[in-house]
Amino acid sequence: MAEYKYTPDSFKSDQQVKWCAGCGDHAVLNAVQRALPEVADALDKPHEKFVFVSGIGCSSRFIYYMRTFGFHTIHGRAAAVATGVKVANPDLSVWVCTGDGDSLAIGGNHFIHALRRNVDLNIILFNNEIYGLTKGQYSPTTKLGTVTKTSPYGTVEHPFNPGELAIGAKGTFFARTVDAEVMLTKELLVEAAKHRGTSVVEALVNCMIFNNKTHASFAADKATRAEHTITLRHGEKMLFGANRDKGLVLEGLKLKVVTVGEDGYTLDHILTHDAHTEDTTLHYMLASMKYPEYPVALGIIRSVSQPNYDTEVEKQVESVKEASPIKCMDDLLNSGETWILP
Amino acid sequence: MEQQTALLKDVVIRFSGDSGDGMQLTGTLFSETLALAGNAISTFPDYPAEIRAPQGTVAGVSGFQVHYGSATVNNPGDKCDVLVAMNPAALKANARFLKSDATIIVDGDSLTADNIAKASFATDDPIAELNLGGRNVIIARITTMAREALSDSALDMKAKSKCKNMFALGICLYITNRTTAHAHDYINAKFGRKAPAVAEANNLVIEAGYNYAANNHLEHNAYAVEPAGLPKGKYRTINGNVATAWGFIAASDKSGRPLFCGSYPITPATVILEELAKHKSLGVKTVQAEDEIAGICTAIGAAYAGNFAVTTTSGPGLSLKSEALGLAVMAELPLVVVDVQRGGPSTGLPTKTEQSDLLQALYGRNGECPVPVIAASSPSDCFHYAFVASKIAMEHMTPVVLLTDGFIANSSEAWAIPAMADMPTITPPIAVASEGDFMPYKRDERNVRSWAFPGTAGLEHRIGGLEKHFATGNISYDPANHQQMVTTRAAKVAAVVADVPQQSVDGDSSGELLVVGWGGTRGHLASAVAALREQGKSVSHCHLNYINPLPANISEIFGAFRRIVVCELNEGQAAAYLQGLFPQYRFEQCNKVEGQPFTVAELIEVFNEKLN
Repeated sequence: MAEYKYTPDSFKSDQQVKWCAGCGDHAVLNAVQRALPEVADALDKPHEKFVFVSGIGCSSRFIYYMRTFGFHTIHGRAAAVATGVKVANPDLSVWVCTGDGDSLAIGGNHFIHALRRNVDLNIILFNNEIYGLTKGQYSPTTKLGTVTKTSPYGTVEHPFNPGELAIGAKGTFFARTVDAEVMLTKELLVEAAKHRGTSVVEALVNCMIFNNKTHASFAADKATRAEHTITLRHGEKMLFGANRDKGLVLEGLKLKVVTVGEDGYTLDHILTHDAHTEDTTLHYMLASMKYPEYPVALGIIRSVSQPNYDTEVEKQVESVKEASPIKCMDDLLNSGETWILP
Repeated sequence: MEQQTALLKDVVIRFSGDSGDGMQLTGTLFSETLALAGNAISTFPDYPAEIRAPQGTVAGVSGFQVHYGSATVNNPGDKCDVLVAMNPAALKANARFLKSDATIIVDGDSLTADNIAKASFATDDPIAELNLGGRNVIIARITTMAREALSDSALDMKAKSKCKNMFALGICLYITNRTTAHAHDYINAKFGRKAPAVAEANNLVIEAGYNYAANNHLEHNAYAVEPAGLPKGKYRTINGNVATAWGFIAASDKSGRPLFCGSYPITPATVILEELAKHKSLGVKTVQAEDEIAGICTAIGAAYAGNFAVTTTSGPGLSLKSEALGLAVMAELPLVVVDVQRGGPSTGLPTKTEQSDLLQALYGRNGECPVPVIAASSPSDCFHYAFVASKIAMEHMTPVVLLTDGFIANSSEAWAIPAMADMPTITPPIAVASEGDFMPYKRDERNVRSWAFPGTAGLEHRIGGLEKHFATGNISYDPANHQQMVTTRAAKVAAVVADVPQQSVDGDSSGELLVVGWGGTRGHLASAVAALREQGKSVSHCHLNYINPLPANISEIFGAFRRIVVCELNEGQAAAYLQGLFPQYRFEQCNKVEGQPFTVAELIEVFNEKLN
């Protein structure tokens, strides 16, 4: 492991952060700037190897606040642009900052195909369940029935759960955090960066102005989060609650919340989290858990090792270079059927 | 049959049959034989839109036309001297392309009641029904004779019948006084090792066809054409799409920047992506993207990261890419977007040619969003203009639109192979680290910013689609700054004119009529103008490859003619563009939107009208 001795300040730009006071994005920015010194050491990548690519929306302004290479692109296309960056130069650590509208509505296609290809990108998906920059229209993650400016009588469309989408697309890494849990976010970002392939970290962020408290029922404060969220860790029992006495068991084909020591359930009955299994079934069920029936799953839900696209592209180029008789452009120009006119 | 031995200047032969009959291969082999003998050639495949249209129907007819000559051959020819028709549907589909004295070679075995019905003839006599009686019709039982030639072969009957295209090739090689040597070489190279029985069968049938024609005195020497006296050197045939792909690889070589292509398959541009995907040995990376937008966006990402990036498409794809193209303009990144134009609007005529994307290429984006627009004008010059577009993109830090079209993309011609050592260098303005914060939009005297690759220490910077401050590159909503940036981006594109060669004119530099064309119509316009000039008419031809910016001397050229007619395969897009720029001249129009190239004959008629 290298030691670059970076600090969070090494990654702060001189631009004034213009998100609203109380916006959850501030906390994520904070976590990213804390994570990068660790990531730089872990991946042995100096400062100039970090690239942040974003789409359009409040969260996509992120890149201006980072003293790294940054590309603020167009609505929905960050994953596609980032794919190009990474394939062109696989040595870069490429990050995508995007929102629920940006990646799950207008950019849905690029989002699922980045996951399908398993390009080595780190996608931070800021999910506030609303369009903030256009001032309060419902998004693909807005809860059914929510009143917004474009749904004055409540929405009549079912929302996406980004975890279900990512895992459904056979994404190799999916983690979830909430804005207030800065240290958890930081930890997840470091792991996402180390993962070779597309990693999605869904950050549940609050929009004070247009969708205040949308995550509050399970995330309002420390005590609520302890009771209504579960932070999954690979190899550990799926326990939660302030006293860590609640847990998840599998009954039939469904997850069930139980209390250890009640109704005959012991610690042995509680599931142990296996984030590394290729099988998506349990990961999908964990990502799907909704409050109040279940605690909302945080932490790394899925992290499996599979070949990643940019490395495979590079490997193919190298192997063809080795095998092909065409070594330069002149070879190509003179290949195949040619003739000489005297 | 009477023998004709007169030497001809040029001849057009069209091979035509069912999509499965191997007409493309037959035509290609025949053309290569002519090219090897020193003739100038121009070829054009005419595929059906469907992959396998119902057998025997007119919709399923696949054609391949070759025009060869003893002097310059500019185009694949309007009408043919020889038609090979492997079935009644092929006869029906091609009757309108016959010269009045054409020779027609028909597979007599195909003239069954069933096949005649499939081709929707009203009677049982296709020859009479199509009124071909006056032509030289040769009905040869090609399928039967091919099978008979293979009576000793172990191949099954179906495989034997498949060789019938080689029988037709043998006939054509005989009547054009060529040898069968190249055809045998090709067959041996292709099948000799992996399928020797197939190679032997094809070789036997080629000879059988050749001997049949000789034994029946099929107008020996009827189509004798002398070699064209092309400049000495090494040649190959190349089509426009492959030439475009190779132009990009050559530009990558000369610039030292690895080539990246992000594209989505679309007719008729797909071959460029397919060709680039083959050449990983030259470091080419291709991403077959999830859609047209991702095609250009991956390319923009790759350009940002320091690759030479291209994206290839046709009209509908260019529509989808327009927002992202605006981002490339704003971010001032090098990128080439190829639009192989096809019939539009919407899905239009995917397999047919048109030039109706010119205004989309020039203006089809939101905001003030200028890009250089360059058009290739022949199959082989796609190489040159792809290279030039790349050079301009990288040296001026701008996206460039390269227009080709379905006609030149699929047509082939003989091409004198260039040497890389003779190609110009490409010098992108690559940024190096200096003291203090890097200013991404700092410009040189041509208003060109530098290309700062992520991964280079000290060059960390942020760019994007939001308007940026002229000096610092930070987001700016300042009104005066926006005006300054819009003006500067326009000035940067206008400054490309310094690298645009002076416009040339074929014919006199002043006179009665100036024929103005652009892009893929060059061959047909050149032939029509040459024919009229031979008659002493005062007509010249000015063909544009640089559409934006136009060559510096263009106005001077326009001013030297009494009348100007702009010829294009659309309803007048270049004419409108030129009229807007040069209101002092009057641009008359000659337009066609039938999905087909101009014919030389129709152009001559139009020009004669203007001259009278």
